Order: sequence, then structure tokens, then C-alpha cells
Amino acid sequence: MDEPSEPRPQQTRHTRRVRVTSSRRGAARPAGGAALSRDLAEQTGLGEIYLQGLLRAQLRLSLTVLGVGVLALGGLPVLFLAVPATRELGVLGIPFPWLVLGGLVYPVAALAARWYARAAERLERDFAEIVGRG
Amino acid sequence: MNVPLSAGAVAFVCLLTLAVGAFGLRVSRATSDFYVAGRTVTPFRNASAIGGEYLSAASFLGIAGLVYDRGVDMLWFPVGYTVGYVVLLVLVAAPLRRSGAYTLPDFAEARLESRRVRLVCSVLVVGIGWLYLLPQLAGAGITLALVTGAPLWLGGAVVTVVVVLSVAAGGMRSITLVQAMQYWLKLTAIAVPAFVLLAVWAQDGGPGPVADLAWRLPLAGPGDEHGLYRTYSLLLALALGTMGLPHVLVRFYTNPDGGGARRTTVTVIALLGAFYVFTPLYGVLGRTYLPSLPEGARVDSVTLRLPSEMLPGLGGELLTAVLAGGAFAAFLSTASGLTVSVTGVISQDLLRPVLARLSGGDHSEVRAFRLAAVLAAAVPYAVSPVIGDISLATMVGLAFAVAASTFAPLLVLGVWWPRLTTAGAAAGLVVGGVLATGAVTATLALGELGGWPGALLAQPGAWTVPVAAAVAVGVSLATPHRIPRGTGRTLARLHTPEGARART
Repeated sequence: MDEPSEPRPQQTRHTRRVRVTSSRRGAARPAGGAALSRDLAEQTGLGEIYLQGLLRAQLRLSLTVLGVGVLALGGLPVLFLAVPATRELGVLGIPFPWLVLGGLVYPVAALAARWYARAAERLERDFAEIVGRG
Repeated sequence: MNVPLSAGAVAFVCLLTLAVGAFGLRVSRATSDFYVAGRTVTPFRNASAIGGEYLSAASFLGIAGLVYDRGVDMLWFPVGYTVGYVVLLVLVAAPLRRSGAYTLPDFAEARLESRRVRLVCSVLVVGIGWLYLLPQLAGAGITLALVTGAPLWLGGAVVTVVVVLSVAAGGMRSITLVQAMQYWLKLTAIAVPAFVLLAVWAQDGGPGPVADLAWRLPLAGPGDEHGLYRTYSLLLALALGTMGLPHVLVRFYTNPDGGGARRTTVTVIALLGAFYVFTPLYGVLGRTYLPSLPEGARVDSVTLRLPSEMLPGLGGELLTAVLAGGAFAAFLSTASGLTVSVTGVISQDLLRPVLARLSGGDHSEVRAFRLAAVLAAAVPYAVSPVIGDISLATMVGLAFAVAASTFAPLLVLGVWWPRLTTAGAAAGLVVGGVLATGAVTATLALGELGGWPGALLAQPGAWTVPVAAAVAVGVSLATPHRIPRGTGRTLARLHTPEGARART
């Protein structure tokens, strides 16, 4: 997993104080590796096809999470208006809207985030394996 | 109020911040340390630092004030502040870390290969940063005035001085440490008094809030004209604005890799949720024990007034002191995070060319950074009186709206859309920036207008964000010859996992 160290800004070391003479523009450049890794960076051949597949899978995953989130959160005001009973419904002595917006939202958001992070990492692991074999 | 106790708590938080900042001075040696802490920050500390930096005056005092004033609909504020990180996580967290850039302007230039777009971003970072600094400084003034009787200008002045000293002295590594500490300080300061007050409330037999139905029920308030529009617009601005806040993004570069950036964000969401469960309690208890505030008092002060009302005597005074200290931690941490970001942009993009010309290239980089730090904090302090009666959380919401209308389309399109052109990105930034700042200025200058114009100007997100994104997409499609040459290579870098990149 050791990532090639990214070039640091050009530095001139004095005993105490340091000056930087160039900005961070164009910060990191990918370093070459095996043929497929280079394909990835150079946008040629097999690498590009794999990368496009990864991009599409990642985007699909992200849009799924966003879509479910929009429906769930965006649906709440509609629910409150369409079914007025939900506005006063008491759950454990707390009115339903207060319970959802004041508490339940947070653990659900955290769990969804964790699920997404794991799924995204799985996609990347599969991708890295294919590239490593190639 | 017990003045020495509260003043002592505020002084303690300020001194602690300065002390940890001074400690950082000894470890920050190279200039890269000044900007991103040498990228050696662990995910958990990084997440604490993001939480510490993010929980601002709006979170600590503003949400309770709004809930107290207007009831359940205001719970969308903390929900939006948290959901913003979910959106950031799924759309941009890992790619931004992999871009290898330090700041938003760095990202824009690396992706779009244009100095002009970089300059537009620099101006926007400074504008959003200053807009967000205003409520922090105003909140500090309100807090110090309330708990010690000091004049209103003093609190903001204290925050400005502490922030400039710690930023100019230590740069970001010290700030990372300070911020991580601030999160836990703030969580303790909001949670402990909340538990004590809940116990008092239970002992009193659990009285219900003194409020009408409109306060209790969602989308029912008289002040909620076009409530459905306002709710959705607010949620959109908060959800998309988070990724465009200058002080939030800079933190993502301190993660070791893209996966680390994601794990950090997940932890941030959990940490924020833990905090936001407590803040509305103060608004609800306020409705129970403080049905009306004294003439001329701001609703933002309800959190600080509550303990002495519920628990007269030393106990209440102690809790007030704890809350005042926590509130100052909130002002200091957000203000220093913003100041670091604004300082970086001012010193790199605006001050450096001027100094280079004046001194013939023989100026000190560190001195430029320090001068920029003074500028970054002093200007918003000078204009902070303009926010007047506007609630702290509303003010912060406006900063989110500008960020959502400018940087959110740039980042999302930049990370996912290969056909984004330099002209398209620039047009989107300018249109979004002009529309959103126009709406913010109108709201600040004219107050609440009522009716549709009022709703559209006070909650501009729902129309400014789509317009900005549509302009960016439309202009890009019309200028296909201006797709940056390195787009394919850049996108590959943003999305290739580090593991695959390093395999040889």
C-alpha cells in the first residue's frame, strides 16, 4: 500500500525558518508502475476500460445512496403534510417529527455512511486485484 | 450571573487554545507543515478535528435559539449540517484527497488548468470564509456580553486576537491538535449541562413546553410562509454547501489516502450526530422554563440563560460557565479553521504577487502568511456589526447557500464529468456566486420581506444551485474545444485507488 511519495514543494532549508519559492500548483503527479498501472495513468488500452468500469460502478453506488437519502429525508415533509396524523403521533411520549428529526436521523445517517464507505472500498479492492493480475 | 466564574471559563478556553497553539509552534518547521500538518494526522484525530472545526456558533447557540423561537421545523438545520457530510462522502471525499491539492483553488487549477478559474475560486474562498466568520464574531460578542456584562464588541475582539495569534504562530498542525481537542471540549460542555438540566426537569415532574401548536407541529408556523419550499431549499443548501466550505475541505488533504478520507468522514458523521442530539434540548427546555425572553434579548442567548433559570444558585452558575466556555470553544475553533483557509488563499494567491513585486522577490514566506492571518481575521471583525438581529444559524445558512451555489457544482462536475470545460466551470462559479451573494446581500440589507420574494431571497439554494449547475453544464457543452487537455489523466488520478496505483 505504500503510495509513491508525492513531490513536495520546493524547499530551501535554513537553520530555523523555511522559505517556499514555488506554490503547490500541479501538486501531485502519478508515478509509473506496471504496464496496467501505467495504462491507467496514460489513458490507454485496457487500463482505461477498467477505469471506466470502476468509475461507473462508483457513480452508481453514490447515486443509489443519494437517491435513497433524498427519498427518505425529502419524503418526510410530504408525509407530514399528506398524513397529518404523523405530525402528532407520539412515540415513547415524544412526537414523531421531533423524534425523527431530533434523534433517529443521526444513527441512520452514520450507518448509511459506513455501509457506503465499505461498499466503495470493496469496489476498489476488486479493481486493484484485476489491475494487479494484469 | 456569576461574572468571575463565566469569565474564568472563557479565559481558560482562550488560554488553552493559545497554549496548544504555542506547542504546535515547536513542531511546525517546514512550510508544508503550515498548510496541512505534513499529512500525518490519524483518521480519528482528523475526524475530531473536523468536528471541532465545524461545530460553530450556529451549532452551539444558534440551533437551540431557532428551535426555541420557531419549533420543530428548525430541526432541519442540524439535520442538514450532518447530511452535508454524507453528500460530501459519497460524491467527493476520496477523489479530493487523491487530487493531492491543498485548497479549493489548488483543486480548481489542477482540474481545469486555468489560472483564471483559480483566481475566481480564491475570491470565493475569501468571501465565503468572511461571511462565515461574521456570525462567529457576533456570537462571541453576545456571549461575553451576556455572561460578564462586557461591551458587545469585546467578545469578537478576544476571538480575533486569539485566532490570529494561534494561526500566525503555528499554522495548521497546531490547529489540528487544537481542533481535535475543541470537539471533545464542546461535546462535554453541551452534554454535561444537558444531563443535569434533564435531571432537574424530571425532578420537577417533567413539565411540557409552553408553546402553541404551530411550534409543536411541522410546517404549521405563521412565520413559515411557503414552509415546504423553505424546508427543501434549506436542506439543499446545507447538504451541498458543506463540501464547498473552505475550512472543511482543507482537512481532507491531511488524510493518508482516499480510503482514509472516507473513513474519516464516516467518523465525522457519527461525532456530529452525537453533538446535535443535545442542542435542540436547550430550545425545548427553554420553552418550558423561559416562556418569554427579556425585552430586546436575542433568541441565540437561550442556551446560556437556561441554567440559572432552572437551577438558581451556584449549580446554575457553574453550568452557565461551562456553556460559556463551550461556546467560546465553538467560536474559536470555527474562526481559526476559517482563518487558516482564508489566510492560505490570501498569502498564496493575493499577497504573494504583490509582495514579490514590492520586495523584488526577497520577502519572507512565513511573514506573508502572518500578515495574511491578520487581514483574514480583522476584516470580518470590522464588518461584523452588520449582522444586526439576524440569528446566528440563519447567517451561517447564508454562507452555506453561497458555498452550495459555487463550489458544489464545480466539485461534483469536476470529479465526475469529463466534459466540463474551463469556460463552463468559470461561468458556473460566477453566475452561482453573483446570484447567491445577491440574495444574501438583499436579505441582510432589507430584512425579511415575506411572501415569495422573501422566501426566495432568504432561502436561495433551491434556485441558485440548479441555475449555477445548469450554466456550468450548458456552457461546457457549448465550448467542447475548451476541455482541459489533461482531463482524462486527472480523472484517472482522482478515481484510481492508491493500491492499484502503487502496485508494480
